[in-house]
This record gives sequence, C-alpha cells and structure tokens, in this order.
Amino acid sequence: MKIALRVICFGLLLIATGLISLPPAAAEDACIDCHKSLREERLNRPAFKIKNDYHLARGLGCQSCHGGDQTALDNKAQSHSPAKGFLGKPKRYAIPESCGRCHSDPQYMRQFNPSIRTDQVKEYYTSVHGKRLREGDQKVAVCISCHDVHAIRAVKDQIAWTYPTNVAETCGGCHGNAEYMKAYKIPTDQLEKYKQSVHYDMLTKRADLASPTCSSCHGSHGATPPGVDSVANVCSHCHVVTADLFAKSPHKSAFDELGMPACVTCHSNHDITQPSDAMLGGGEGTPCATCHESDSAPLKKAAELRTMIESLSSRIDQATATLTRAEHAGMEISSPRFELLAANESLIKARAATHSLDVEQIKTATDSGLVVAQKSLESGQGLLAEVQFRRKGLAASMLIIVAVLVGLFLKIREVDRRSGSE
Amino acid sequence: MGGIRITAWLEERIDLWPIRHLIQKKVIPVHRHTVWYYFGGMTLFLFGIQVATGILLTLYYRPSGEEAYESVQFIMTDVQFGWLVRSIHSWSANLMVLTMMIHLFSVYLTQAYRKPRELTWVTGMLLFGIVLFFGFSGYLLPWNVLSYFATKVGTEITGQFPLVGHVLMRLLRGGDEVTGATVSRFYGIHIAILPALTTLILGLHLFLVQKQGMSVPPVVERAYRGQPFPTMPFVPNFLLRDLFGWFVTIGLLAALASLFPWELGQKADPFAPAPAGIRPEWYFVFMFQSLKYIPAKIGPFEGEVLGVLGFSLGGLFLLLVPFLDKKSASGEPSPLFRSIGIGIIAYIVIFTVLGYVAPGVK
Repeated sequence: MKIALRVICFGLLLIATGLISLPPAAAEDACIDCHKSLREERLNRPAFKIKNDYHLARGLGCQSCHGGDQTALDNKAQSHSPAKGFLGKPKRYAIPESCGRCHSDPQYMRQFNPSIRTDQVKEYYTSVHGKRLREGDQKVAVCISCHDVHAIRAVKDQIAWTYPTNVAETCGGCHGNAEYMKAYKIPTDQLEKYKQSVHYDMLTKRADLASPTCSSCHGSHGATPPGVDSVANVCSHCHVVTADLFAKSPHKSAFDELGMPACVTCHSNHDITQPSDAMLGGGEGTPCATCHESDSAPLKKAAELRTMIESLSSRIDQATATLTRAEHAGMEISSPRFELLAANESLIKARAATHSLDVEQIKTATDSGLVVAQKSLESGQGLLAEVQFRRKGLAASMLIIVAVLVGLFLKIREVDRRSGSE
Repeated sequence: MGGIRITAWLEERIDLWPIRHLIQKKVIPVHRHTVWYYFGGMTLFLFGIQVATGILLTLYYRPSGEEAYESVQFIMTDVQFGWLVRSIHSWSANLMVLTMMIHLFSVYLTQAYRKPRELTWVTGMLLFGIVLFFGFSGYLLPWNVLSYFATKVGTEITGQFPLVGHVLMRLLRGGDEVTGATVSRFYGIHIAILPALTTLILGLHLFLVQKQGMSVPPVVERAYRGQPFPTMPFVPNFLLRDLFGWFVTIGLLAALASLFPWELGQKADPFAPAPAGIRPEWYFVFMFQSLKYIPAKIGPFEGEVLGVLGFSLGGLFLLLVPFLDKKSASGEPSPLFRSIGIGIIAYIVIFTVLGYVAPGVK
C-alpha cells in the first residue's frame, strides 16, 4: 500500500515537473546583436540607444522602419536583403512619410492607443517646416528632430525631448543656433528671451505644466509663427477674461487700424515678464508712453487707474504686514487672513480690468477690495493691541506672583527659625 | 476662628484624627537629595491645572472632524481668556511630562523603588504611561495638520506591534484611517477613560506614599549608619516650599502662555500631502528618531517591528525594575542598575536632541 502511494506521488511529481516550463529566453535580434559589435560609432550607436525606445518596448524593432529581416542571425545578406524590404537609412525628406506609415493609419494605431491622433503628418505639411521640406530644404525639422531617433520616448516621459519642460530647448536646438539659422534670416534669440519670461519661470520653477512653451503658441506639428491677427487668439486660450476685456476696449479697434498685434504690443512675445502696476501711466519705458504723448488725456487716465490700483495694493500690503506681526506675536490670524483673500481677488479683478480701460469697472473692484483690506488691517491692529494687553496683564500678574513668592520666602524663613529653636 | 468652628463641627461627626495625625507627624527627611522630593508634588500640581483648564475647554470644544478645529479657533479668538486657558493647558501638559520624567528618574537613581516601595513604583510607572497617552490623545484634538499627521504616524507605529498591532491601530483610529471618528474616540479617551484610570491609580500611589513615608536614598542611609537623620515637618515647612515651587510654576505658565501662545496652525486635510518635518511631541521624539536609524530589514524581521518591540521591552524593564534589582532590595549598592538608568537618560536626551538637529536620517 505504502509503495503504491509512493509510486503515485512520484508520478504526480513527474507530471508537475513536466507542466512547469521555464520561460523562453529573450528572442535574439539580428540587427541589434550585429550592430552592437560594429566598430564604427554611427553604426553601433543606434543598437545601444534603442534599448529605451518606446516602440521597441511594444515589439516594434529596427525592421519596422528600416525593413529587412531581424530574425536572420549572423546573416547580413539575409537581414539586409532587398527581397525582405530592406530600406537602409531613410532619406531625410522621406522621414515624415516613413513615420506616417503607422502614425497616419488610425486602424493600426488603435491597437496601441485608441485615442491617439493620426493627423500629425498631414498637419506637418501645413507647417513652415513641412512646406520647406517639400521645397527641398533638408535642414528643416522633421519628426526625428523633435522626437529623437532610436530612443523615442512618450510625450509624457519627463526626459522626452517633447515633454513640456524640455520643448524650449528642443526648438532652441535649431532656432537658437545662429550659424544653423543664418540662411533663414530670422532672429535666433527667442530661447534666451523666453528664459527671461514669466511663462518659463512658471513652467520650470513652479512646475506648472499648463504654462506655455514654444508649441503652445506656435503649434507643434503644424508649427508656424502666429500672425498679427491671431496673436490675441493665441493668448486668449489661457487669458480668457483679459482677452474678453481687451476685445471690448477702445484699444481693440485702434490696434486693428494700426495693424498692431494685440497683446504683444504691450507685453512683448517671447520675453513676457511679470506685469506690474508700473506698466500703467506715462512714465518712461511704460507701454502707454510708446503710443500716447505725455500729458495727453489717455496717459492721465492711465495714471488715475494706476493710483486706484496702487492704493488697494498698498492697503493689502499694510494689512498683510500687520497680520504677520500679530502672527509672529503668537496671535491666531487665520480668519482675517482668509478674509484678506477677497481683497486680493478684487486686486486681480481690477488689474485685469485695466485691459478694458473702463474706469468705473476698475473703481468698483478697488473700492470693494479697499473695504475688505481695511477690515483686515483693523483686525490686525486689534490683535496687536491685544498683544499689548496680554503683556500688561502678564506684568501685573508677575508682580502679584513675585509678591506672593517674597511672602512665602519670608514665611519659610520664619517657620524654619521656629522649628530650629524648638 | 471660623476654621476652628468648622473643624469642631466636623470633629463631632467624623473622626478627623488620621488627618490631624498626618499633619502633625508627617516629616520629610532632610539630606542632599531632598530637592527631588518636590517633583512629585509639582507633577500633581500641574495635573490639577490640567484638570481645571481641561474642564473649562470642554465647555466649548466639539469633538468631530467637522467642528474640532473651528471650536478651538473659537476658543482662541472669541472666548474671553480662551487663549489663556488653552495655552496654559498645552504648556502645563508639557511641563507635567517633564516634571514627571524628572520625578521618575530621580526615584530610579535614588533607588526609591526598592523594598517596600515596589507597588509605589509600579503605580508611578503606570501613571507615566497614562500621562504619555494623555499627551498623545490630546495632541490630535485641535485637528490641525501637524496633529493629524503626527497621529497618523504614531498610530502606524502602534500598528507595527506583532500580532495585535493591526487590531490595536484600528481600535485607536476607530477605522482604517485617522478621521473625525478618531477625534471623537481620542476625546472620549482623553476626558473620560484616562482621567478615571488616573484617579484610581493616583489615589493608590498617594496612599502608598503617605503610608510608607518618603524614601531615603541608600547612600544617605549608609552615611548615617543607623543614626536618625534630620527631618522637617511636612506642615508647614515642606508644604510652604511646595507652594513656593507651585507659584514659580504659575508664573512660568503665565509667561509662556502670554508670550508664546500655543499655535493652532492649519486645519487638517487628510487629502493633502504630509508637510515636511512632521514630528511628534518632544517626549516621543527619541523613539521616533530611533526608528529612523533602524534599517528597514534586520535579518528576516522588519526593522520597525523590532524597534517597537525594543521600546516595549524597555518599558517592561522599567516597570519591573524593583523586582529585577535584587541588590537594592537587600540594601546593597547596585552599580549595574544605576549605570542602566544613566544610560537610559543619556539615550533619551541624545536622541531627542538628534530629532531636532538631524531629523532627516532616512
């Protein structure tokens, strides 16, 4: 019986061993294996670079772009065989179409990502890059100029050349290179200027990925400079309220008539710095003074707006400073600080309303803000007065406590003396 | 005159002899370690302040996730002298833990735990545990960011305890997470369960202290070689000195509460990321810091689990020290236990300091 049981157990063990199969070894790739061993750097580099490629991770190897047979190990004739569709290195002008073979095919792309766009190549040929490529310019950007080659990464990958924080450097690779761009006779300081802008700060220092980079205003695949007519539309994608206020202002028709671009005229384009209240008025270097003569009615109006906004701003600063002092003295200030947010909101509204040039609208915002800021300031002053009251109270209690301590000290001496004499 | 009349009235009805005897006969030994006797009374005085200010705070405090923070804010800003009551409650709690620690280690180092005072020591140790739990439960009640995350980390550490850890953590939290339910639970523990336990154990502790009198350190006993040593009457000599110390404490509390009112901070937001530098109350920092130095894995065991077990064994050692230190019990010098005590103090001090000067180890 025991022997039979042992035989059955051994049999089951053998069956189980048979069922457990070892995972197959990673499939060998003729292209990668062979190119890695080549001495010439231009030939071995792709084989090393491709290990991080987005396509390779999804089973799309060298063969997908270059043709040939990647299963023909140690057989160059077979792997490079034209009969197997070997293309070699695609010509630069053919790259968009090469990528487009898959990326423009919705049916094919759906299996990887059902919501992916498939119109990039079509859009590319509407761009300045695409048009010039068709005209035979081999220097313009093609897919691999922005997406890299052999180490292509998803846009959401933080080290991808197309990740929002890297886009400016990617574009700047060509557009910031004066020598490379010499023939096109366009400025090459955009990258340097952009790096001084508030948008660049927001994007790179505050990690606000919604902040614009080159492609946000110029487009990516269909990249083209926005024309005078469309600048306001580009900015209004984010600055909706400001754009609406500007559209209703007298400046709108004046700018249109003079052929001046809407936002850029006052704020510049690539080097847009943090706007300040100092931009309003007729001082030297202010945007208003570039068009309006000194002592003119519009400049006086601008100065009036500036005074209103600055008075609210300084009242908020005063209230904030007072509350901070109270906080440092240990007072609970969360409630007045929260109320002060409403004043800050009014200040933002008033500053935005300067684009409408509507004095009444700005005054309404600043007046309501001033009421709130004044209330917060008074709360802060009240708290500072309370600090003084507490300190005086402490001093009075300390006097009483010290008097009691002196009394106790004397009493202790007395009882000790009495105990000693007993 | 009125006092005498009342005493006479009471005397007719109740036998006041034991109290009168205590007042007349209770004496305090006078020697170079007498100063340590004051810390027990000081701790009791601070506990009294805790009870008084705590009762006042319950009049306005609302124990729920929705209202706890706002009610403390109301106490701090709108209630007349609410800021003072809350600040004194918080400062006094911290001073009480400090004086209790001094009391505990002075008793340890003067070997006052030795026979026949083993039970006094055990009840004292239980009171120390209760006071730490008072501090832990009270810290969450304002429901601000710091208290929320400190409680989250603290209860997580409890969850590391082998076998019962997870159940214990759920029991403390009132669920899987720290929520408004935890506030209600901690409030109940803070104002009902712990005070009831304290009353019982403190009563027994004080009874034993009165019954057995003050312990004299063996080193003093040996110095006098059986000769009677100097004493002072408890009433009024020692009591007046106690009062002196208590008034100094009142002055200190008033100054701390007025010049450094206890902060309220931001309201807890369970969905917000934990702010940098989260740290428990200072008296837990040495344990918190030690856990940071323990590797994640020690052999097959989780480092944190071993750490928690180590602290538990340390606590158990302190609780049972009168029964472990056989030499003290027989009146002989006990250098080993003295060295252990000094080592524990040094460890607590060093790791607490490290927790403030080098908090980010891992």
